[in-house]
Amino acid sequence: MAVTAPEPPGRRRRADRGYPLFLVPAAVLFIAVIAIPFGMNVGISFSRWDGVGPMTWIGLGNYRRLLHDSVFWSSFWHNAELVVAMAVIPTALGLLVAAGLFDFIGKRFGPRTASLLRACIYLPQVMPLAVMGVVWGWILAPRDGVLNTALKDIGLGSLSHDWLGDPHTALYTVMAIMVWIQLGFPVVVFMAGLQRIDPALHEAAAIDGASWMRRFWHLTVPQMRPEFSVVLLMCTIAALKAFAPIYVLTHGGPGVSTDIPSYYSYQSFFEKTQVGYGAAIATVLTVLTLIVTTTFLVVQGRQQDEEG
Amino acid sequence: MSRLVVAAERPRPRRRGGHAILVAFVLLAVFMVLPFGFVLLNALKTSPDYSAHGPLALPEAISFDNVRTFWDLVDFGDVLWNSILISGSVALAAVVLSVLSAYAIGIGRIKGRLWILVAFLVANLLPQEGLVYPLYYLAKKTDLYDTRLSVIIVFTVVQSAFGTYLLSSVLSAFPREILEAARIDGAGKLRVLWHVVLPVSRPTLAVMLTFFFIWTWNEFLLPLILLVSNSNQTVPVALGVAQGEHIVDVTMQAASGLIGIIPAVVFFLIFQRTLTRGVTVGSVK
Repeated sequence: MAVTAPEPPGRRRRADRGYPLFLVPAAVLFIAVIAIPFGMNVGISFSRWDGVGPMTWIGLGNYRRLLHDSVFWSSFWHNAELVVAMAVIPTALGLLVAAGLFDFIGKRFGPRTASLLRACIYLPQVMPLAVMGVVWGWILAPRDGVLNTALKDIGLGSLSHDWLGDPHTALYTVMAIMVWIQLGFPVVVFMAGLQRIDPALHEAAAIDGASWMRRFWHLTVPQMRPEFSVVLLMCTIAALKAFAPIYVLTHGGPGVSTDIPSYYSYQSFFEKTQVGYGAAIATVLTVLTLIVTTTFLVVQGRQQDEEG
Repeated sequence: MSRLVVAAERPRPRRRGGHAILVAFVLLAVFMVLPFGFVLLNALKTSPDYSAHGPLALPEAISFDNVRTFWDLVDFGDVLWNSILISGSVALAAVVLSVLSAYAIGIGRIKGRLWILVAFLVANLLPQEGLVYPLYYLAKKTDLYDTRLSVIIVFTVVQSAFGTYLLSSVLSAFPREILEAARIDGAGKLRVLWHVVLPVSRPTLAVMLTFFFIWTWNEFLLPLILLVSNSNQTVPVALGVAQGEHIVDVTMQAASGLIGIIPAVVFFLIFQRTLTRGVTVGSVK
């Protein structure tokens, strides 16, 4: 047996030097697949280009055009409404549902009942968004879809409507579908978070006569702050990338009534072959995502500092 | 004192009304699974049966005609295999890549690791809209356009960006004494990684593997652009594209929905525990 001597400090430092090698594969791929393409996208956004012919440098021309493009602005507002449907409503509703399942159903009817209900609510989250789009498009088909036929069958035929085909209802219909899809994610995250709270707190408050709503508002909500920011951030980013449901459900239509920047850039790239303009839209979308992420991280960091 | 008395008098203050709340939750759960039920109910009907009795009636006879017709229409066997091959390769490759990078960042604590992590996080959150055209262009230049390999490479990077971020924070809490002891015994870095770090991180790696698989399975925009021919397409792309192109019949559309739902339900049942546990590992950290 060789006697192992403690390493001299010099050797250790040399030993530490090999670690960056482990980063080489990821660094090479990262540069090839993310950094260079993103740099190219920004570069293309300063040009007029149809994808095959020569590229003409036009500086900020595409961005100036964006500012005056009413389709871009309306797509931007549609996306803001999707943030409401995919982030704000599911987060608020999800916390209420999670607290109800955890505090009430779990305790009165057993944890198995609670996790079965949670599984049902989470189910749409594991499905591909495009498949959910196919399913809802089918349910809402104007003439012989499930919803309108069912309304007719139960004598409410007057309520039947071309939900996705009418520019006045299309966006709201998409929003409702997105709430349905998104709800499971906050519910699961919040239910896991609730296990962290000391049950003694709730018991003490209940003994003091605090109603469930009061305990929810004054105990549960403040304690769920870390989960709150994570859920809001992830859902907001998901809303900015809601390409698949728009592609499958409405193709941005009717007209441009459900167009969002993500889909608008796709249209510019591949349908109108205005690649430079599409790249400008995609760049703006990226910057927006980075701003949202940074804001959330800064706010979250500040909260953690406050809490010590 | 008085509190205790009150508590003793009313040990379970909210007995009544409990069932009403249970009913409300059950209704919510039913509403969440109802669309899936409708798909199942109507995908196995014939089209005349649907026209005659509507979507709410039970099928007169179970018929797999629509499922079979749609299956053949999009060569669903191939499509399913593409999705399995792409998602499986991405999950494995992305876990390997994440392990290597996270080893350098979390255990090796290399210089500038904070900024490297920020770069990875940004890479994962970046909207793919900002990458799609250059990737399309580069794929054409490198003859990778319309190959499954192109999608595998791109998503390996995207998923491992998140995996590195997650695993680095897990590994940075790795007990230093164990590493030190292994090193004193003369183990090189690769040996330490393989024999010491990996066995301990196995639960996290399993969660990552599951999530990378499902996330890649569900991707839409990049596979839509990079894979044009039907024989290379993934399940969501084949179904999304089929909407506008082939499907005219309402029961066949239900059949296409059913075909898309079933694999996801299978994963859900297999991975249910990992998934619900993993959502928390993945998000609150």
